[in-house]
Amino acid sequence: MKNPLDSLWGTIISGLVITVILYFVVKSLITAAA
Amino acid sequence: MDFVPAIARWVHFLAGVMWIGLLYYFNFVQVAALKAATADGTAAGITKHVAPRALLYFRWAAVVTWLAGATLLGDKFVDAFLLRHGMAAIGVGAWLGTIMLVNVWALIWPNQQKILGLKPATDEEKNKARRVAFLASRTNTALSIPMLFFMASGLTHRSIFFGM
Repeated sequence: MKNPLDSLWGTIISGLVITVILYFVVKSLITAAA
Repeated sequence: MDFVPAIARWVHFLAGVMWIGLLYYFNFVQVAALKAATADGTAAGITKHVAPRALLYFRWAAVVTWLAGATLLGDKFVDAFLLRHGMAAIGVGAWLGTIMLVNVWALIWPNQQKILGLKPATDEEKNKARRVAFLASRTNTALSIPMLFFMASGLTHRSIFFGM
């Protein structure tokens, strides 16, 4: 499998995917604490 | 008194723009430019005169950004890194920034020193260093996307983590 970091678009898409995943992680942390 | 956090925020922005600006320069401009320059024999212009200067500002801007960010967090520093007491969102931004800082000093800079000939290295070591520095730099570019999201929304737009 090709490393997505070898291309700029792969890097940007990886960053966006991590953003979405972390958004839901933080959302669950915040709502659990509320 | 608001003076210290206001100055810390200002310095955090200034140094952060330089750090991430140079990171994007490396990834969006220099990698492709170096490939083309190597093909026509003009790579030395970049590797001798541009890259060392860019790396100097890049690595120290990373340190200043982190220190100003830590100052800005103040007594909430521990809460942010432990993702507790309403500091989870900015804390994730702080963690990402910290991972990126470690990447700069532990992976990118030591390997760039070998690549640019500032540190002795065999051709094999240089080739390995090129790959490690490239992937660490690309990792930081990818991480900068969520890092900037959590920095931008972590404190002032926290409502986006409720709702939906």
